[in-house]
Amino acid sequence: MAEAPTAAPPTDPEQRAGQEPEEAIAPGPWERALDWALAPFVEIGTLAQLAGETLFWLVRRPFRGRLFIEQMEFIGVGSIFLVSLTGFFVGAVLGLQLVDGFRQFGAENQVGAVVGMAMAREIGPVFSALMVTSRAGSAMTTELGSMRVSDQINALIVMAVHPVQFLVVPRVVAGVVMVPVLTLMFNIVGLTGAYAVCTRMLGIDPGVFLGQMRWIVDWRDVRMGLVKAAVFGAAIALIACRQGFFASGGAAGVGRATNRAVVQSAIAILALDYLITALILGQGLAG
Amino acid sequence: MTRAEVDPVHIRVRDLHKSYGAHHVLKGVSFDVLRHKTNVVIGPSGSGKSVLMRQIIRLEKPDSGQVLVDGVDYASLEGMALQSKRRQMGMVFQASALFDSMTVFDNVAFPLREHTKLSRKEIRERVMARLESLGIAAAHAKWPAELSGGMQRRVAVARATVLETEILIYDEPTTGLDPLTVLTVDELIAETEEKFGVTSLVISHDMASVFRIADRITFLYFGEVAVSGSPAEVLERADGPIMEFIEASGVSRDFIERRAKEAG
Ligand SMILES: Nc1ncnc2c1ncn2[C@@H]1O[C@H](COP(=O)(O)OP(=O)(O)OP(=O)(O)O)[C@@H](O)[C@H]1O
Ligand SMILES: [Mg+2]
Repeated sequence: MAEAPTAAPPTDPEQRAGQEPEEAIAPGPWERALDWALAPFVEIGTLAQLAGETLFWLVRRPFRGRLFIEQMEFIGVGSIFLVSLTGFFVGAVLGLQLVDGFRQFGAENQVGAVVGMAMAREIGPVFSALMVTSRAGSAMTTELGSMRVSDQINALIVMAVHPVQFLVVPRVVAGVVMVPVLTLMFNIVGLTGAYAVCTRMLGIDPGVFLGQMRWIVDWRDVRMGLVKAAVFGAAIALIACRQGFFASGGAAGVGRATNRAVVQSAIAILALDYLITALILGQGLAG
Repeated sequence: MTRAEVDPVHIRVRDLHKSYGAHHVLKGVSFDVLRHKTNVVIGPSGSGKSVLMRQIIRLEKPDSGQVLVDGVDYASLEGMALQSKRRQMGMVFQASALFDSMTVFDNVAFPLREHTKLSRKEIRERVMARLESLGIAAAHAKWPAELSGGMQRRVAVARATVLETEILIYDEPTTGLDPLTVLTVDELIAETEEKFGVTSLVISHDMASVFRIADRITFLYFGEVAVSGSPAEVLERADGPIMEFIEASGVSRDFIERRAKEAG
């Protein structure tokens, strides 16, 4: 019978158990500064890799429809109330501020157009994405993080179910689909809020408000907002999954990961917002 | 006859190394895992048993060395080649690792739904039979969080065994269970092995249990294999730390020697 070679019995247990890593030399200040400076690029690289894997697994079988529906429900249906509520107040305050400001040069009749354009292009997608981050993104990181630290992700791997396909793909798809839907809803509720405040309280003529809006705002503005929303949705889900996926260090580690996910998503949304706007408008990227 | 049918060694672990940063955990581990037998890895806490299992099942990539399963080196597999080999091995994790978003039933049904074309009825029958044999059928509609640690472990064993993979790895399947349940799990390991011709690789702390079930014992001592062989061989060659380890478990030498003789 084949006998595995056996190593010599090790010596003193105390000494071995207590053995400390020999090369525990603290990194110098320059190395730390370099690490710090490179960290965002490393992070973007990790996210890009996860995005690549997500695309790879998106088009591979099996297709688990139920998981997609569950995630869309979680991101979409679960956020309706929050997005409507914030949408209404944002629209209302925008109407209030703009009427007050525009009155100074007698342009208050333009408010409908400005509110409509600002909502469709900027405020709708950015606010909806921020709301989805705070509610769904953070919950995603917590869920995946707990699965990581309790070996559930390893259990998936061992059962030959690829965790990117099973966990990340449905969340990213749900983000790409549902954030635009929520953006549309935010816009509708927000415009209603602005309309109500402007026409009921500030004496703007309803016909003028709507007429100006219809004249200035067109499909391209809405489309720009929806493109942004879809990109934000992908970014939120990828960042949330990446943080949860590689969480370590028990419950505390999951908390830290959730924290990082929310901060990173907020930054990503605003940075991507500028980038997409500049690309679509064809200006603002280079002199 | 194919080579696989003749070769009594199912897995050959050769000179496996793994470090985390500067912490060298596995320092050249080599041993054989016998086909259709219960192979037990014992060793003190922190000696690298769980790390060793994670390398063998390829949750992590070893720094160097080989894990030859019927001649295929798992340690060097990548991507889809690895993915397609995964179904050969199953694992019961030390902390159960049940999906807490699924009920007990769905947890156990999960591998069947993912990897077989069985009908709903067949899945139901298989899962319930498995749960029944482990005495947890009554809990099939519960969530993992509602179960005691011992019951969770049994669900984890049910989930890992339901697909009848060729190789099953158990990371301390009996730790924290009452003596009677320990017997049940021991029997389950033996039964799964006999019924389905599974090769079992078990990490254990429980010396009584080890000598009850083991066909082969490997003693891992801080990243190195101190001794590996049949229970009788291990007892014969055991010295210093191993003897201490066995004696500290409180299991009498008589019992162990008796079991070892029976097994040998
Ligand atoms: N992911 C990791 N990163 C860094 N160090 C690790 C990691 N996993 C394990 N270790 C270290 O490796 C050593 C062995 O750990 P391991 O979990 O394999 O022990 P074990 O033999 O399974 O112990 P127990 O019987 O308590 O489960 C420990 O010192 C541990 O700190
Ligand atoms: Mg362990």
